[in-house]
Amino acid sequence: MSVEQVIREKLNEAFTPERLEVVNESDKHAGHAGSPGTGTSHFRVTIVSEKFDGLSRIDRHRLVNEALAQELAGPVHALAMKTLSPGE
Amino acid sequence: MSEQEIHDWIGKQVASNDIVLFMKGSKQFPQCGFSSQVVQILEYLDVDYSDVNVLDDMSVREGVKAYSNWPTVPQLYIKGEFVGGCDIIREMFQDGELQQLLTSKDIKNNAQTMPA
Repeated sequence: MSVEQVIREKLNEAFTPERLEVVNESDKHAGHAGSPGTGTSHFRVTIVSEKFDGLSRIDRHRLVNEALAQELAGPVHALAMKTLSPGE
Repeated sequence: MSEQEIHDWIGKQVASNDIVLFMKGSKQFPQCGFSSQVVQILEYLDVDYSDVNVLDDMSVREGVKAYSNWPTVPQLYIKGEFVGGCDIIREMFQDGELQQLLTSKDIKNNAQTMPA
């Protein structure tokens, strides 16, 4: 399974999102300082989930970071995220 | 430095500066687009801040992730409080919350929202 597929699967499992977008932006960052050039280093995710209801931005991001802890400790260096609850 | 010494050093930076940005590169020369975005926001708000280049020292790069329990850089601290990474800072800035936070902490800033 690709890193992108793993991210998608873990986020689906953790948040049962109404909407989930996972975009691999690694190409945009190839060659900058600290970029490993592996093609699986930079991702952008958008998650709309009821699980974010009533949570602060930091707490939402912490939940996503926890769900993807393994990936962030491994191939993924940067994770841009938009975390919304359904009413937002 | 040992892990404990790194932790203490980071704690000292956070405690002794009103605003600290842990970033890749320096504020004069950011070496990552996300760090650069936060620098631009802080420059726009015209606040005094201290920058720590995590690329200078691998133990600080890993240490700040453990210190904040946050896996990515940049990381912004205001008056000892972890505020967030690039996305959170940008959203707070766009919503005017960052300006409110600075003002509520008595930090002088050019409190205007982003021009439409």
